[in-house]
Parts: sequence; structure tokens; C-alpha cells
Amino acid sequence: MFYREVGQYKTNYVADQAVFPILQDRIGLGVILLIAFVVIPLTGDDFLLNAVMIPFLIFSLAAMGLNILTGYTGLLSLGTGAFMGVGAFACYKLTTIFPNVNILIWVICSGFFSAAVGALFGLPSLRIKGFYLAVATLAAQFFLDWCFIRIPWLYNYNASGAIQVPQRMLFDIPITGPTATAMTRYYVVLTIVVAMTWVASNLVRGRIGRMWMAIRDMDIAAELIGIRPLPTKLTSFAVSSFYCGVAGALLVFLWYGGAEADVFNVNQSFLILFMVIIGGLGSLLGSYLGAALIFILPIVLRMLPPALGLEIRSVTVEHLTFVIIGVRIIVFLISEPHGLARLWQVTKQKLRVWPFPY
Amino acid sequence: MDLLYKIFIDPFVQMGTSPDLLVQTLWEGLVAGVLYALIALGFVLIFKASGVFNFAQGIMVVFAALTFVGLYQVLRGWGVSPGDVAAYCALALTILVMLGLAYGVERLVLKPLVNQPDIILFMATFGLTYFLIGVGELVFGGSPKTMVIEDLHLPRGAVEFKIFGGFVSLQKIDIAATVIASLMVAALAVFFQKTRIGRALRAVADSHKAALSVGISLEQIWVIVWFAAGIVALATGIRWGAKSEVSFALQIIALKALPVLILGGFTSIPGAIVGGIIIGVGEKIGEFYWGPLLGSGIESWLAYVIALVFLLFRPQGLFGERIIERI
Repeated sequence: MFYREVGQYKTNYVADQAVFPILQDRIGLGVILLIAFVVIPLTGDDFLLNAVMIPFLIFSLAAMGLNILTGYTGLLSLGTGAFMGVGAFACYKLTTIFPNVNILIWVICSGFFSAAVGALFGLPSLRIKGFYLAVATLAAQFFLDWCFIRIPWLYNYNASGAIQVPQRMLFDIPITGPTATAMTRYYVVLTIVVAMTWVASNLVRGRIGRMWMAIRDMDIAAELIGIRPLPTKLTSFAVSSFYCGVAGALLVFLWYGGAEADVFNVNQSFLILFMVIIGGLGSLLGSYLGAALIFILPIVLRMLPPALGLEIRSVTVEHLTFVIIGVRIIVFLISEPHGLARLWQVTKQKLRVWPFPY
Repeated sequence: MDLLYKIFIDPFVQMGTSPDLLVQTLWEGLVAGVLYALIALGFVLIFKASGVFNFAQGIMVVFAALTFVGLYQVLRGWGVSPGDVAAYCALALTILVMLGLAYGVERLVLKPLVNQPDIILFMATFGLTYFLIGVGELVFGGSPKTMVIEDLHLPRGAVEFKIFGGFVSLQKIDIAATVIASLMVAALAVFFQKTRIGRALRAVADSHKAALSVGISLEQIWVIVWFAAGIVALATGIRWGAKSEVSFALQIIALKALPVLILGGFTSIPGAIVGGIIIGVGEKIGEFYWGPLLGSGIESWLAYVIALVFLLFRPQGLFGERIIERI
């Protein structure tokens, strides 16, 4: 009743090939964008913007990157954290060497560095698959982690070994560094994430995306119909790492304001992988849903005991959070192995036939 | 030229001039390798019989060791004496806990997820990892604990050998661990090859459906392998705890078992052992002789690179079953 495409006729191919062919989807997207761009900045306080929305969007972007690789191309990667790190360190080096170039250009450029590194470590993917490839990407993770610590050139030889984000302007408004307000940073992150989601959604439904999915579904069959496996897998690695790299640069420049190599360790990779699996493999929407669930729920859990008036030591809460995350992952996998995105599709189907069961 | 000399000639000159150091490094590599091999063994057991890539093996090691130490302290607190009675009681109780864990995992995690893709089961073991970390820290606290050494009658001290004009010192506990590990591997090999249950395990590994159709109970088999992996985890935990202390840091070491696995092949028990030793020795030799060239700490990734190079030549690992692709 609420979600029915009856009567929405398409009279030309362009309309038929639109990203959102159904009117309700377009309205829904418009509402979401309106909330994101207008309502949240107007009503939210600094805590909401700074501690919830900005990291949520950045993690969504990283999850989207991994989803391109794991969900669309079927290549399991455990090196996401390191690829994010490459982006962050590249952005830091670029902006300290060329301080006058706009920081946003460097954020995007750092994605290309990450893409190059990703493609390099993607080379073994032609010969090895599945868990073997996952371990190969772990090599990338640990090797790059080691580079971030042991190559002082990367953090400009400062004593702490951490990178500090300098202040950079956009139209005379500070967008990075300690003086930038949460609101401006939120807008910058939101704009980049929305733009990159738009690019990704067009990429995965175009020729390249179909090649990725063909490789995922069965690589030998894909090869037989004329898809070259190596270039396809490498583009997937490159695009995925590009997204992760930009996410990493945003993470350091617009959220943390400074970081050590430790931020990009293997746990970060696992966290992003959770988001992708819980959200739904092979779904851009799933990346957002997974990031929301994995990132925002612990924040809520941490705030819950004080809100209920319970006095629990924060250490205990921390441990309980671990237990709850673990149980939640298992319960989710059992009840919906295809992730939150599938849940959303089921809901849409239910809405389509409502009030009838079938 | 200088660099080439340092990379290709100098390390071998060093090996030649002080062979006692080389033997010491080899021994240390062997010791580290046995630990990796033990963790890898737990992985292989579960992968072989259920096709599940059990990420939680590392935390199972920590959990088993923590349970053992925690129970020992509780028993001592109740006044159970002498100490070795308490230690062996705690050991028995821990084995019971691992059986309970195996049973719980089978009931609550594996059974509802039968017939799902590998990656889903893999993720479920991630969930299990988080759960065990949380429970372990809640119950036993996050601070590192010292392993019970005397009351278990584990040997201590070092033996020194004189060879090649120098001397090599071996920790007794390492020797004991190596012997125990070899015994355990031999026992497992016999168990897999000769017993009825071992045959059933191999049948399940070949095909779940076919195994079910000839009357093998999947549930029973899974409890058995997870229990076996739990016991391997306990042995690993005690051995590791005796060397340093019982803490959650071991979980990261457990990731080192992954290159061991791909080196040896996911389904091979001898592969896990040989792979572990190659990785352990390669890592220590690399760190000792080539590490100073690159800046230290290359241990953290060298294992993965060794494994990666092997993979490029043998994608199924040293002892893995040949991968046959069908359309």
C-alpha cells in the first residue's frame, strides 16, 4: 500500500535505467538527505555530530570500500585497516609538503596512493582464493603497520611517532585542525561520503560492477565468457582501497585530529569486516546499516546504565559490551545470514503486498 | 655493493663463524614454531571435521589458561591442599569446562548455521571470540596472571650444552613442551587414522551429506572435534603461560597460526607441525640475521611474507589437498 510501483510507467530507457526507478525510493532518499543535511545539523548537539555522526559516516565509507572487494568481487580481505592507514599517512605527507593546496584535493589524492598499494597487494589474488587470500591480505596489514611505525619519514620524524593534523581552510573556514567546528567537519564528511556513495552505486551497476559480480559468482565461468580475471580483480582491489584510503584520511583529518599507527591495526580491519557482514555482503545500503549497528550500538550500550540509574563500573560495562557484541553477531548471523540489507528487502516486499500476506 | 654484501654474504659469514649462536637461534625458532604449530593444530582439527575456519582458537587458548589458573586459585582459596592436588583438580575441571564449551558452541552456534556459506561460519567464530573475551574478562579480570608451574610439576631451569666451542642453553620447559607436542600430534594422528571416531571425522570432512546418510551423527562429531581443539588449546595455554604469563595478548600471537596454516595446508595435521616449525625458525633466523638491516621488528610480518611466497608456488600449501576446480 505504501510501497507499490503500480501505475509508475516508464516511457523511455533512461527512466528505466535510473538508480531509483520507483517514486517512493526517490522520496525516501530525498527525506534521508534532507535529514542528513538540514535536520541533524540544526537539532543535533556537538556530541551527536562529533561522536556519532562523523565516525558513522566515515566507517560507512570504509565499509563500502570493503564491500566492493568482499561483497561484490568475493575476495576476502583482512587488510582494510592498513589501506585506511595508507590513505591517512599519504594525506598527511602531501599536506605537509604542499601546504597551500586545498586539503580536500589531498584527501581524494590520498585515495589514489591507497589504491596503488591495494592493487599491489591484490596481485596474489589471481592464484589464491578464499581464506588463503585473507591470510595474504593479513601480510599487507602487518607489513604496512610495521612501515607506519618504522619509517620515520612518514610522520615527519617527530618524536611521538604520531601524526598531528595541521589547520587547513576551505573558503576561509577552518575544516581541519583543532579550531574546526563539528558542524563544518560534519558537512565536509557528509558531502564526500554522499558523493562517493553515488559514484559507487553507479560503478556497481555498470559494466565494471557486473564484471566484479561475475568473478564473484564463479570465476572460471566468468573467464570463459571473456572477463579477464586479473584486471578485474585488480580494479576491485584498487577501487576498494581507494574508498578505504579516503575513509582513513577522513578518519584522521576530520575526526581524530591526530593519530598513531596503532589506529590502523588489525582490529580496525576486523571491525570493518563485521560491518560489511552484518550489514549485508554486496549491498551499499548494507554498509551503512552495518556501520550503524556495529558503531552506534556500543555507544548506546555505554550510555544505557547511567540513564537507567544503574551503577556499574565502566570496566564492567566495557566487558559486557564485548559479550553483547559477540552474542549479537552470532544471533544476527543465525537469524539473517544475509545481513541487514536482506532484512530491508524483506520489509520492502512485505510493504509491497500489504495488507495481504502474499 | 655494500648492501648486497650485507644481505647475501654477511649473515652466512656470521652463521659460519659462530655456529653456537646459529644453533641457539634455530632452537628458539623451533620453540616458537611448536607454539604456532599447537595453535594451528586446533585450527586444523576443526577445519578438517567441519569446514569451519575457527577464528576463536586463539581466544580459546587464553580462555582455557585463564580458567585453569582461576579455578586453581579458587580451589586454593577453599583450602584444598596440597597444591598439586588443587592443580590437578583444576586441570580436570578445566577439561570439563572445555567440554561444556564445545557442547555449547555446537548447540548454539554451529547447529543453527548448518549449510551456510563458509564466510558466515567464519564470522560466527568472530562473534564467539568477542563473547569469550568479554566473559573471560568479566569472570577473571583483565590483568595478566601467572601460570601455576610448581604444582603441575613442570620442569624449570635450563640445560646448557657445549658445542662448536660455544654453548647453547635450552629451557627445560621448552624441551618438555616439544616432547608433549610431539606426543599429542602422534596421538591425534593415530586417533584420526585408526579409530572408529577418527574415520567418522574424516567422512564428515569429505562430505556432510554422505556422512549423515551412512548414519554418522554430525552433532556428536562436532562436539568431539571442538572438545579436542579445546584440549589442544588448554595444552597450548599452559605451555604459553609457563613461558610468559596468561594474558589476552596471546590472541595476537594466535594470528601467527594463520601463515602456518596456509604453509602447511588447512587440512593436514603434519602440515601444521612442519609449517609451524618452518615459520618459527624462518622468523627467528630472519629477525636475528637480516632484522638489523631493515630495522628491528620484522618478526611481525616476516611469517606472512614467507607464507605468501610459498603460496605463489603451491596455492594449496605444502601438504594440502590439491584444489580441483569444476564448473
